[in-house]
Amino acid sequence: MPEAAESLIVLNGIDRTFTLGDSKVHALRNVNLNIAPGEYIAVMGPSGSGKSTLLNLIGLLDRADAGTYQLEGRDVTTLDPDEQAKVRSERIGFIFQSFHLVPRLTAAANIELPLTLSGMPAAERAKRVSQALKEYGLTDRAQHRSNELSGGQRQRVAIARATILRPAVLLADEPTGNLDRVTGEEVVRLLEALNTQGMTLIVVTHDQALGARARRQIRMDDGSIVSDVTSKPSQPT
Amino acid sequence: MLLTDSTRFAVQAIISHRMRSFLTLLGIAVGIAAVILLTSIGEGVHRFVLEEFSQFGTNVIGISPGKVKTGGQAPTGIPTTARLLTMEDAESLKQLPHVTGSTPTVWGNSEVEGNGRLRRTMIYGVDADFAQVFSSKVQIGSYLPRGKAGGSRAFVVLGSKLCNELFGTANPLGARVRIGGLHFRVIGVMEPKGQFLGVDLDDTAFIPAERALELYNREGLMEIHVIYAEGASSATVAAAIKNQLKLRHGKEDFTVVTQEDMLKTLSNILNILTMAVGALGGISLLVGAVGIVTIMTISVTERTNEIGLLVALGARRRTILGLFLGESVILAALGGILGLLLGIGIAQLLRLIVPTFPVHTPWSFAIGALAMSAMIGLLAGVLPARNASHLDPIEALRAE
Repeated sequence: MPEAAESLIVLNGIDRTFTLGDSKVHALRNVNLNIAPGEYIAVMGPSGSGKSTLLNLIGLLDRADAGTYQLEGRDVTTLDPDEQAKVRSERIGFIFQSFHLVPRLTAAANIELPLTLSGMPAAERAKRVSQALKEYGLTDRAQHRSNELSGGQRQRVAIARATILRPAVLLADEPTGNLDRVTGEEVVRLLEALNTQGMTLIVVTHDQALGARARRQIRMDDGSIVSDVTSKPSQPT
Repeated sequence: MLLTDSTRFAVQAIISHRMRSFLTLLGIAVGIAAVILLTSIGEGVHRFVLEEFSQFGTNVIGISPGKVKTGGQAPTGIPTTARLLTMEDAESLKQLPHVTGSTPTVWGNSEVEGNGRLRRTMIYGVDADFAQVFSSKVQIGSYLPRGKAGGSRAFVVLGSKLCNELFGTANPLGARVRIGGLHFRVIGVMEPKGQFLGVDLDDTAFIPAERALELYNREGLMEIHVIYAEGASSATVAAAIKNQLKLRHGKEDFTVVTQEDMLKTLSNILNILTMAVGALGGISLLVGAVGIVTIMTISVTERTNEIGLLVALGARRRTILGLFLGESVILAALGGILGLLLGIGIAQLLRLIVPTFPVHTPWSFAIGALAMSAMIGLLAGVLPARNASHLDPIEALRAE
């Protein structure tokens, strides 16, 4: 595969089946996907079309039943759980619809969490966290807990947390789903800015307007990719 | 993840549910306090009893006639062939190395008549070494003098209570008393010694052993008590005594019991008692441990989301296991510290309120209790923490 070296993500013949009671559900059927570094991709489709499963698989939270997954030219399908955790920690950032902030921790401590988990010394962490707080305009909210933050602020904390270790790919599952239009727009712009800086952005969404902003749109249905369209480089709105 | 960070993370989780965490660790605290208190009382009783027994000094060896052993049936009509312990035996033991004193002992119960009053009391037939062997002191007058064998004079030394009963405040020295059918002259009065296991040690009279043999019409001594120098090995001295007496008797027809052996046996019995009451306290500790399992299980269920997030952020399973185990260990250890303070506090309070009540908390118990509570935390945390580390991250993130 000559293009594998340049690709960030290569999925080859991925199958994923869940057993629900007696019946088997095909969440992914023979998915082949090639993603280059710095791409901005929207994954769309109805509920149960397998788009979340695809995202979890790329994020190494899930394993394929068949097929191979190469991340940055390395086959990650066969890694053991600890190695996968390391890849998640260093190369992948997650953003969730419901933010998933740890409620008892302050905004700063939430952002610090990936650094803490990776075993970075406290002094280095403090430097990086204050830098991130500044970048995301959260400096005056640093000591607030998540219940004292607005939805937009929460998602900004979550984005700061997902990107603090400079991952290669940012996976966002309905990032604006719990936000109103204005704050949603703000969050999307933030994500797009990160994409402009070279971070690969994959957004799973129901929202047609949000999906339309991505340069590459993947539509899924019943576990298969039904369309994969790359539009001309879009102008910032 | 660094250890300090894991600890802080666990502590934050504990603090975020103040009330719940406090009640859980209270369960452990009550258990630890119960164990500490009960074992402290056990240990106190232990020390109290040993002190009672060792008030005469621990470097005492008793020799009694006869040897317990199993043999064929003794031929009827022939008296026992065991040789009696004699005054000469007692005398010969004084010459042994390390031995600082040896007293023959014969005792009985007789009427003592003096100053026109009569009192039935314990009579000890001993010699001059007795006071030293049983660390008693003379209050007034002097103790029985050292005399040559066979030439002891009819002197008596009174116990303080007996003296009080017979003579009241009058000076007893030089007075004549009659014990049984024999007459004695009072030459001294002992200092009060108090009671030993309910026996009044002051209601006594001490007369020379030879006179006692005569009084009670005995041929042999009931016991010989030997005291040896502090620091000498009791086994060595006991062996020397055995050798000496075997030489004199031709065979081992006597029994040597060192105070040390006796105290050791007693100490073992009391240790078992302490352990038994400690085990009773352990039951409440067990209940506390169940409380930790419960609360940790609830905590894992409540924080399913957070566990999913930690996995997504690159936490290894081992890290998650460690976080929850740490939480349960810290919870239990805090409970242990609280229980320790509680237990020691109540023990000290008991001592203040009832000063005669023997309570003693050795340091080893305190440290043991802390180690035990941490251990309980570890065991109680294993199951919930394992569950946490085996959660499917996708399910965990989806949970509400």
